[in-house]
Amino acid sequence: MGSRASTLLREEEIEEIKKETGFSHSQITRLYSRFTSLDKGENGTLREDQVNFRGFMRTLAHFRPIEDNEKNKNPTASEPLNSRTNKLLFAFHLYDLDRDDKISRDELLQVLRMMVGVNISDEQLGSIADRTIQEADTNGDNSISFNEFIKVLEKVDVEQKMSIRFLH
Amino acid sequence: MATTWRSALSLYMLLLMVSRGLSLASDGNKIDEVNVTLTTLPIVSWKWEHVSEPYLVALWIIVCWLCKLIIEANHHVTNVIPESALLIGFGFILGGIVWGADLAQTFKLSQRTFFFFLLPQIILDTGYSMPNKLFFGNLGGILVYAIIGTCWNAASLALSLWGCQKGGAMGDLDIGFLQYLLFGSLIAAVDPVAVIAVFEQVHVNEVLFILVFGESLLNDGVTVVLFNVCDAFVTLGGSKINAVEIIKGIISFFVVAFGGSLLGFAFGILISLLTRCTKNIQIIEAGFVFILGYLSYLTAEMLSLSAILSIVFCGICCQKYINANMDESSVNTVRYAMKVFANGSETIIFVFLGISAIDKTIWVWNTGFILLTLFFILIYRFMGTFILTWILNRFRLVPIGLIDQVIISYGGLRGAVAYGLAVMLDETRIKEKNLMLCTTLIVVYFTVIIQGITMKPLVTWLNVKKASVSEDSLIEKVQNKVFDHMLVAIEDISGQIGHNYMRDKWNNFEDKWLSKLLLKPSVRKNRDNIFAVFHRLNLKDAMSYVAEGERKGSLEFIRNESAFIDFTKKFDDKFSEVMSDIMADTSSHYNRGSSMRRDPVPSVCLEVHEQAIKGMNGVEDSHHLLQQHLYKGRKQHLHRYSRSNFSVNTDENEVQEIFQRTMRRRLESFKSAKMGVAPPKKISKHTKKDQQQKKPNGNSADKCKSYHSGDEDFEFSEADSANGYDVPGSLPMRVTYRAGAGIENPTFMPDPDPTASMHIPPWLADTEVDSSIAAPSQRAQVRLPWTPSNLRRLAPLRLSTNSTDSFMLPEAPATQQRGNEQQPPSAPPPTKRHM
Repeated sequence: MGSRASTLLREEEIEEIKKETGFSHSQITRLYSRFTSLDKGENGTLREDQVNFRGFMRTLAHFRPIEDNEKNKNPTASEPLNSRTNKLLFAFHLYDLDRDDKISRDELLQVLRMMVGVNISDEQLGSIADRTIQEADTNGDNSISFNEFIKVLEKVDVEQKMSIRFLH
Repeated sequence: MATTWRSALSLYMLLLMVSRGLSLASDGNKIDEVNVTLTTLPIVSWKWEHVSEPYLVALWIIVCWLCKLIIEANHHVTNVIPESALLIGFGFILGGIVWGADLAQTFKLSQRTFFFFLLPQIILDTGYSMPNKLFFGNLGGILVYAIIGTCWNAASLALSLWGCQKGGAMGDLDIGFLQYLLFGSLIAAVDPVAVIAVFEQVHVNEVLFILVFGESLLNDGVTVVLFNVCDAFVTLGGSKINAVEIIKGIISFFVVAFGGSLLGFAFGILISLLTRCTKNIQIIEAGFVFILGYLSYLTAEMLSLSAILSIVFCGICCQKYINANMDESSVNTVRYAMKVFANGSETIIFVFLGISAIDKTIWVWNTGFILLTLFFILIYRFMGTFILTWILNRFRLVPIGLIDQVIISYGGLRGAVAYGLAVMLDETRIKEKNLMLCTTLIVVYFTVIIQGITMKPLVTWLNVKKASVSEDSLIEKVQNKVFDHMLVAIEDISGQIGHNYMRDKWNNFEDKWLSKLLLKPSVRKNRDNIFAVFHRLNLKDAMSYVAEGERKGSLEFIRNESAFIDFTKKFDDKFSEVMSDIMADTSSHYNRGSSMRRDPVPSVCLEVHEQAIKGMNGVEDSHHLLQQHLYKGRKQHLHRYSRSNFSVNTDENEVQEIFQRTMRRRLESFKSAKMGVAPPKKISKHTKKDQQQKKPNGNSADKCKSYHSGDEDFEFSEADSANGYDVPGSLPMRVTYRAGAGIENPTFMPDPDPTASMHIPPWLADTEVDSSIAAPSQRAQVRLPWTPSNLRRLAPLRLSTNSTDSFMLPEAPATQQRGNEQQPPSAPPPTKRHM
């Protein structure tokens, strides 16, 4: 992965990405140029997590707005990356860092700590976390599983709240 | 029902007599003025002329509101026919009566009354309760509809009518094109009052509502400009209109619209700044909002800017800051008073719209003109909306569906603003003013009555997405925040400046600069949404717990349910989030208008989940009762002969207070017991004797800083506390109960600054308690439900600064609950002083 030429986007790759993520051709090229500008080290991956372009696109694909016609296309194919379930799965994984398919109290605390202001003490935050888990937890295991997560957010308009318009 | 009809009939008779009496009286007095010779001292005299003007105003207000009363007596009717239509109907009847009595329409909706005294408060109310995030999120669409839509409506209508006149469809009319343009401009605008009135009963989804509603508000900018420009053109005559004038017209649009908005923002900022300093005049700080709002309206009117835009943006801009700055009772005052004014004005407007029609002198009928106007208005509204939406959808994240578009088009109601403008037409320049006036009236009636009646069935038939009841669960709140942050990050990564990015930037700017300027320092520290939700939910738990306890207790304590006030009926469900009852279900509305709402204090998470679930069945009733009890205790003010002092009702509701307070204290004690810190509690009871002129505790000692809340319920003063203690430092056995007094337990106190450590009177506490520490949830114990018999004995409560002491219940069953107690409970010592 030395020379820059090898990291230029090839047509087949674009097609693959298009099929996998649903972005249009122009969007992919545009995002690729963005990727390269972010990719300071020029080694084909973004520094922190060694995300390559495919991963980058896959992540971004979660945020595409849901389109109606996609539902009718191919019922047997797996769900597109930007379906509601997949969006929620993405959000779930933000909490569930150790990938045990459960959001434990500590994981929730971490996220909460990042999000609330400095005025709230740790004990209060703990109470908030406890209460949050209480609200969602139906099987009493003191953690939130993915199904519980989906259930508790069923009234939230995830499609709108987790989408952005990608420029062409 | 029969009684209401009887009262209605008597009301009309009264009105008839009054109007007769008026004409007679005015005649009589004229005679008096001519030969006024007092021959003897009159014991009483008839001074009608003296009071006629205000009397008539007041009388009409009463009559209009009584109409509303009659209408709302029966929900079956209002479910089918919207209230506004019924009010217009009543207006017809009343107009008929007045006409019958006077043979002239002495009472009409004059343009001055309407624009200066009836409209501003409605618009201020809408601005103040506008959902800002939703509004600004859809601002693009709203602006497109408001500006381009209105211009299209006006122009197309004018052209079509003019074409039809040329084609001879309207008989023998002489109206120039410019006059048609003028007419088009005044009738093109969607009216906010009518939209509120009709959409209030159909709860469509919020995006749809905000689009129609926002359009109706913002199109005033266009309407004002169009009307004035066309009016000027009509005056100038067709010959003087050239490109310069047209360009000036376009420029004037920008000036008027933006100028009005900026003026509104300026006034909004002014109000926010003002509320920052009104700590000492909390009694009247609510009034500032109204006066300054009204001033913004009048100032814009004076500068010939768009007054509606000004007052809307004033409300939009200031709502967040004044809600945070002002004391909660002031906020409640503002909210409720706005509703009263707005609703009252709306009622009056519709009744008078009806009355104004019964006037033979203005009626000119031209079938062609009227029918064609109606037809074109509908057609062009639909066309305009569909075309504009098609353009908009290319830029929107969530496209506006077809059905929503139909509702937007159908919801383009005309109302009193159009009528007001029509009345303002100059008869000398526009010969057919009466025709236009009549047409306007007919259009208004059509839209409000016919479209109003059919709106609800249409919405149901088309399966329009309804407004979702907003959940107040913590996890949703957290998740929404996560989404917000996520979107900003993704937008940033993908290198585009999107909507979320802008919003984030604005939030940062606001947090950094505006908050420092406009918010009180104490308030600034505590604005965290997630925590606020958490706090609310805890309080809800606490109350459900107490309710459950009461239910298991003696029935003697349960009041009659008839005293319960149901707010949801009166106000729009959108606003019912302010007024709704507390439900037993943990995942439903919370009464945001409650007195506890804005207490950003650290609180303890009560582990009452299991208990609440068990008690949930059938707790609802007790919830209502409880709510009623608890709130009445706080909010009922015995108004003595003092305009600056509210004191709390010291009746049985006190017992509720004791209840609450005891619970808090227990939590506090457990928390401090574990922490090993002395609980700085004190409950003092003062009888009415002692409650003399207590000042709002804003003036009380700095020592009692923690007591400082705007809530007059919490009246502390150093002097009073000093009364309660003779031996500082020693074991204070005294229990004094002060009505409305609270304690330092941060759980329930509306302390604006929870992070500051609580100031305990130095004679009370040996150690400082860090009030910001909340007890970990595991230790929050479920408390025993208090039975009424317990409550009576609660009055003499033992107080102890001994940290290892726990609070005693004067009853044995309490001890069972004390699993975590470090000390076995001991018998309560006798009370020292019981004042």
